[in-house]
Amino acid sequence: MQFLTLVLALLLISAMVYRLGARQAVRLGGGAKGGLHSLPSYYGYYVALWCGIPALILAAGWMIFSPLILKSLVLDTLPPDTLTLPAARLSLLMNEVKQMAASGDYRFASDDVARGAAERYHSLRTISFAAMTVAALSTALIGAWWGMRRVSPKLRARNAVEGMVTLFLIASSTVAIFTTIGIVLSLLFESLRFFAKIPITDFLFGLNWSPQTAMRADQVGSSGAFGAVPLFTGTLLISVIAMIVAVPVGLLSAIYMAEYAHPKFRAVAKPLLEILAGIPTVVYGFFAVLTVAPALRGLGGSLGFNISAESALSTGIVMGVMIIPFISSLSDDVISAVPDALRHGSYGLGATHSETIRQVVLPAALPGIVGGVLLAVSRAIGETMIVVMAAGLSAHLTANPFQSVTTVTVQIVTLLVGDQEFDSPKTLSAFALGLVLFCVTLALNVVALNVVRKYREKYD
Amino acid sequence: MTELSMTQSAHPKVGTTGADAEKRLKARYRAEKRFRAYGLVSIAIALLFLAVLLASIIAKGASAFTQTFIELPVTFDAETIDPDGSREHSALSAADYRTLINAALEKKFPEIAGDRTAKRDVQRLVSQGAELELRKMVLADPKIIGTSAEIWLPASSAADQVLKGNAAHDESSGLSEGALAKLDLLKAAGTLKRRFNTYLFTNGDSRQPELAGLIGAVVGSFYSLAITIALSFPLGVAAAVYLEEFASKNRWTDLIEVNINNLAAVPSIVFGLLALEIFLNVLGLPRSAPLVGGLALTLVSLPTIIISARVALKAVPPWIREAAQGLGASRQQMVMHHVLPLAMPGILTGTIIAMARAIGESAPLLMIGMVAFVVDIPATPVDPATALPVQVYLWAASPERAFVERTSAAILVLLACLAVMNATAIYLRKKFERRW
Repeated sequence: MQFLTLVLALLLISAMVYRLGARQAVRLGGGAKGGLHSLPSYYGYYVALWCGIPALILAAGWMIFSPLILKSLVLDTLPPDTLTLPAARLSLLMNEVKQMAASGDYRFASDDVARGAAERYHSLRTISFAAMTVAALSTALIGAWWGMRRVSPKLRARNAVEGMVTLFLIASSTVAIFTTIGIVLSLLFESLRFFAKIPITDFLFGLNWSPQTAMRADQVGSSGAFGAVPLFTGTLLISVIAMIVAVPVGLLSAIYMAEYAHPKFRAVAKPLLEILAGIPTVVYGFFAVLTVAPALRGLGGSLGFNISAESALSTGIVMGVMIIPFISSLSDDVISAVPDALRHGSYGLGATHSETIRQVVLPAALPGIVGGVLLAVSRAIGETMIVVMAAGLSAHLTANPFQSVTTVTVQIVTLLVGDQEFDSPKTLSAFALGLVLFCVTLALNVVALNVVRKYREKYD
Repeated sequence: MTELSMTQSAHPKVGTTGADAEKRLKARYRAEKRFRAYGLVSIAIALLFLAVLLASIIAKGASAFTQTFIELPVTFDAETIDPDGSREHSALSAADYRTLINAALEKKFPEIAGDRTAKRDVQRLVSQGAELELRKMVLADPKIIGTSAEIWLPASSAADQVLKGNAAHDESSGLSEGALAKLDLLKAAGTLKRRFNTYLFTNGDSRQPELAGLIGAVVGSFYSLAITIALSFPLGVAAAVYLEEFASKNRWTDLIEVNINNLAAVPSIVFGLLALEIFLNVLGLPRSAPLVGGLALTLVSLPTIIISARVALKAVPPWIREAAQGLGASRQQMVMHHVLPLAMPGILTGTIIAMARAIGESAPLLMIGMVAFVVDIPATPVDPATALPVQVYLWAASPERAFVERTSAAILVLLACLAVMNATAIYLRKKFERRW
């Protein structure tokens, strides 16, 4: 909050400096615009940038690095017997200290050492923030002074300002690259730590998944097993069921919408279908648990099947419904993109409408439809909330849709919600699962996007 | 000609006239009708599912918007509330208001005096929130100490559920036979009524279903969304402008494009893992904070915004650019003064739709710990908080029956937010849509 105030203050100062710069430029130009290289406003922006950017960079850097420096300063003052504590205990203590310092509430300190450290941390932080404020504000003023000094009619203010803007635009466009690099690095880093404890072959080909590791070394039967095959088959089973629901329904709706529907019907039905895509997945999850699963269980009971309350079937059906609009709108697009000349040729040879669709339009649109289905599969595999709420937790290696299975995303969530220990294979295995998930969906996306792109080039 | 005669000789029976041909034609027309029907049935299935989903949630959630209150003759006994007579704020807020409620219940049902089981049964009809309610009254006006009044107090969730018909009128509801009999008495006497459930909109989360409210989650969602908009809109538009207007077509920009398209299809939980590792472990930002949630949702929604902003920029006709440059504008002036304002409605529509997705997103928030049980309403974006969809997830996992209707009500609130956002997007599109 305080930091936000400082940023706002800096922005305000920059805005005022903008006025000063613009006015200065007009004055130096002899009151007329003719004598200046750029429009007066560019001189204003020029000075404002000199004022704001260095100060903001300084403040941001301070915010990032000061906690590290503060931490080492506080650690130095701790009594030696506290410093010899194991690393996990020490980081726990530091967390407590930070929390108390942030809230300013020392009542619940676990001991005097923590309380003292928290008070020290708090006072150091106050000093650091005050120093940062002074430093940032003086940087802003020095920047403004320097910018003002450089303002002259010959200064190419527009070029300088546009250069800065271009820099910002380029930097923004690289955020996507950095996101991908960040994903790959963070997943890879933790996964490698995991594979240092559990061999990668055990993880990829093991048939037994029970990540609960022992609390004590001498406990029996809880060494933790990290064979992910049951998770992969569970994910696959639910995705296949979802696709069995979504592909026919989505594709047939798309065909009807694109080929048969009256424009008025289309104008009503298409947005209604899109509503299905807009509903948050947590709502689908709740619906699966509360309505679909009991209904299926009752139906199975009356037919003599034993359907689990967390069956892959109910989860898959609900996920399929979620994916219907995804498939139908993608297929609708590609079917509409098939040139009418193909249809007219087919009608001319005497084919009926449905024969034209099945034998001419669909084959022509097939690559696009396959691309859409692949994207849908990748979405089904990565879908989290529906499975977390509706699918089971225990890993069964089964192809029986009436039984409960668990998926990769369910396990990632259960492993990471709650206590995390970044030195136990239990927590780290979530990152290994995330890496597998990322690689599989990435491969599906690349293939699908290529198929779709190739197809587009053919008809455009 | 020779080809035609060859095919005819290969299928000698195929003719274009006669009863056979007639039959075939009918079969083909039937197939045509069937195929058409398949399409209609598919749409009907999808829409039926939508209808069932919405209907079941509305049916379950509607009752959560009202709550049962019991009228009790409460005496603000000075001895119980403030034995010292100091009227200090601390003494008044620490007083035992449950005793007042128990006394009021004994007054209402004189027959339970001396019967401990009966007393306990009846006490289960009144919510713990009643104490808070009385405390609020006393703190607001300490003069009422010593007076008596008939006061409407919130009923417990078990009583509430029985009265709403969500729970059976037997012991499975969590109330004993005796308590249920008393509840019927109260109902017959007209000292029960259903009021609008203000707790749902003014309270934070609670373990007591009748006291649990959404405001903490709403504020958490609001902070996350504000941060997401503040970051993803400028970044997304800047990236789109660069790629569409300035970048030359080369391997680097190709790489960026492929990257953006891929990121748009990466599961959101992977972004959660990224946020956990980078924002929490490396940068040391606080867990469960809307700040980190907003950062994670920024990364999730950025690709969507970039893609839709590029589409909007592409739709601006090239002659606008040529005219601007012809009059001496620099390329940046052309973009900033002409192209961007014209593309803005389209960009805003895309952004609002992306924000509507972000507000319903929960998987990345689970990863960064925004699933904690948080009673307090977050005051700043770095306080622990949950978000609306996560609150739905948390309540859905709660075992109490009364949370089912609360969950549905939370979903209705979430869907209402989405409906408003999407309606705004549609309105913007309709109002500013331009055909060139």
